[in-house]
Amino acid sequence: MEKQKTKISEIMQEKDKTVRDKKYNKYVKQVTPTFSTLKNCVAAYIVGGIICVIGQGLTNFFLSRTGDIELAKSYTTLCLVFMSVFLTGIGIYQKIAKFGGAGTLVPITGFANSVAAPAVEYKKEGQVFGIGCKVFTIAGPVILYGIFSSWVLGLIYYILKQIGIV
Amino acid sequence: MADNIHVNKSSANVSNETNDAKTAGKQSVAFKNPPYIIAAASIAGKKEGEGPLGNLFDKIVEDPMFGKDNWEAAESELMKMTAQHVLTKAGLENSDIRYLIGGDLLGQLIATSFGIAELEIPVFGVFGACSTMGEAMILGATLVEGGYASKVMAITSSHFAGAEKQFRFPLDYGNQRPYSASWTVTGSGAVIISDRQGQKKKDDEPDIVITGFTTGKIVDYGIKDSMNMGAAMAPAAFETIKQNFEDFVITPDYYDRIITGDLGYVGKNILLEFLKEKNYDITKQHMDCGIEIFNQEDQDTHAGGSGCGCSAITFASYVLKQLKERKWKRVLFVPTGALLSQVSYNEGKTIPCIAHAVMVEAR
Repeated sequence: MEKQKTKISEIMQEKDKTVRDKKYNKYVKQVTPTFSTLKNCVAAYIVGGIICVIGQGLTNFFLSRTGDIELAKSYTTLCLVFMSVFLTGIGIYQKIAKFGGAGTLVPITGFANSVAAPAVEYKKEGQVFGIGCKVFTIAGPVILYGIFSSWVLGLIYYILKQIGIV
Repeated sequence: MADNIHVNKSSANVSNETNDAKTAGKQSVAFKNPPYIIAAASIAGKKEGEGPLGNLFDKIVEDPMFGKDNWEAAESELMKMTAQHVLTKAGLENSDIRYLIGGDLLGQLIATSFGIAELEIPVFGVFGACSTMGEAMILGATLVEGGYASKVMAITSSHFAGAEKQFRFPLDYGNQRPYSASWTVTGSGAVIISDRQGQKKKDDEPDIVITGFTTGKIVDYGIKDSMNMGAAMAPAAFETIKQNFEDFVITPDYYDRIITGDLGYVGKNILLEFLKEKNYDITKQHMDCGIEIFNQEDQDTHAGGSGCGCSAITFASYVLKQLKERKWKRVLFVPTGALLSQVSYNEGKTIPCIAHAVMVEAR
C-alpha cells in the first residue's frame, strides 16, 4: 500500500532544508497513529442517525398537532438547537461528539454547539468583546461562506432564468 | 562530579577564553560552583492527581477554577499558590528571594504577571512555551553561580482549559482529538536555586546541584500540525541532547536518566530513532514527563501530557525524589517547547521548536 518508507538517515543527510522538511513530514505521517476510518464512520452513522431519528420523530409529532409541514419543520429545528445548546451548557455534547464525530457535527445540532461553546467560554471577557466578538469564531466561516455561496447560486439561477434555460 | 567532566574546549569559538572558562563546547556551560536546588514544590489539578504520579505532588486542587472566575485568574492563583508553597517548604520569606524567573503559556504571560504580583519579588518573565522550566532554571542557576543572586526561584505553570481556549477550541466545542494530540497539564512547579546548601530532612540526603546546561537552538523541521507537537519538538530535543553529549564529550550512560518534557509517545520514538542514527542509544535512559504523568489508556490523554506545568511538576516531584533517594545520580532534564502562536498557525507557518538541557546531579 505504501510506496516507500522514508528513513531517518535520509532526513539527516539531506542538506536542502525544504527537501528535508518534506521527508520529515512524510516520516512523521508514517509513525503517527491515526483513527480507524471504518470505526469513525460507524460511530458517525449511529450517532448522526439517532439525532435524525429524534428529528423525524419531532417532525411527525408537530405535523400531527399542527397539520402544517413547514411549521412542523421549524419547531423541529428549534427543538434540536435547544437540545444541543442545553447539552453543550451542561458539558455533555462534547462527550457525544468525541464518540460520534461527524455524526454530531453535520446535523444542525453541531452548528448550535459551535455557537454555544464560544458563548460559554468567552462570557468572562464581557458581553461585547467576549460573547459579541467571539461567538461566531467557529461558526463564522460557515455563516459567511454559506450566505455568499447561496448569493452566487441565486445569481446564476437568475441569469439562467432570464435567458430562458430554467 | 562536575569537576571531572572533560569539557570540549576545542570547539568553543571564543578566542579570549582561558582554561577557567565555564563554557563548554558550542552551546553549553559547566558550572565551577554548581548551585543547589534547595526546595521544590508542585501543585497539580484533579486529572494529574489521578495519574501515576498523583501521590507525589505536594497538593492536588480539585477545583479547576481554583476559586476564581475565569481560567486566566485560575492559573494565576495556581502559580501564586506554588510560589508560596515552595517558600514555605524552604523556610524562606519572599524577601529572601533575589529574583524570580517565571513564565507560562498564556498571552503576554498572564499567569506570571498576575499570579506573582503580590509577592513583590523582582521578576524576569521568560517564554519558552513548554520548555520554560528549563529556561528558567538555566537562567536562575547562572545568576546564582555568577554571584548575582543568593537565591532565585524558577517557576512555571500551565492550565488545560486556559491553553485549550488560547490555542485550540472552546472547551465545550464538540470535536475529536487525534491520537497525536497531547493533553495540557494543569499544574505549576517551582524550585529554589541557591548558592548554599539547604536544610535536609535526613543526614544522608544528598545535595541536588545543577552542574551545567546546554541551551537549545530554534529547530524547525517543517511540521505544521499543532495537534502533533511531539513530532514537531522531537528534532529540537535531538539537537540539544546530541549537542550536550558532544560539548561534554560524554555518552548516554553518563546519565541515569535523560528526561524530555512533553514529546509524548509519537515524539519519543522519533527522538530515539534520530539519536540512534548518530550512534547514541538512549533507550535505557530516556523518560518523557508527558508519558509519565498520565495513564494513557485510563485517562484518555492520547499522546501524553504537555504544557509548561508538565515537565515542571514532574521534575519537582518525581525526578527530585529519585535523586534525593539516590536512585539516580545524574539526570539530564530536557524540557521541550513548541513556539507556535495562534496567529502563526493561522498564517500557515511551521512550528519552531526548542529544547533546553539542564544537568542535575545528586552528590
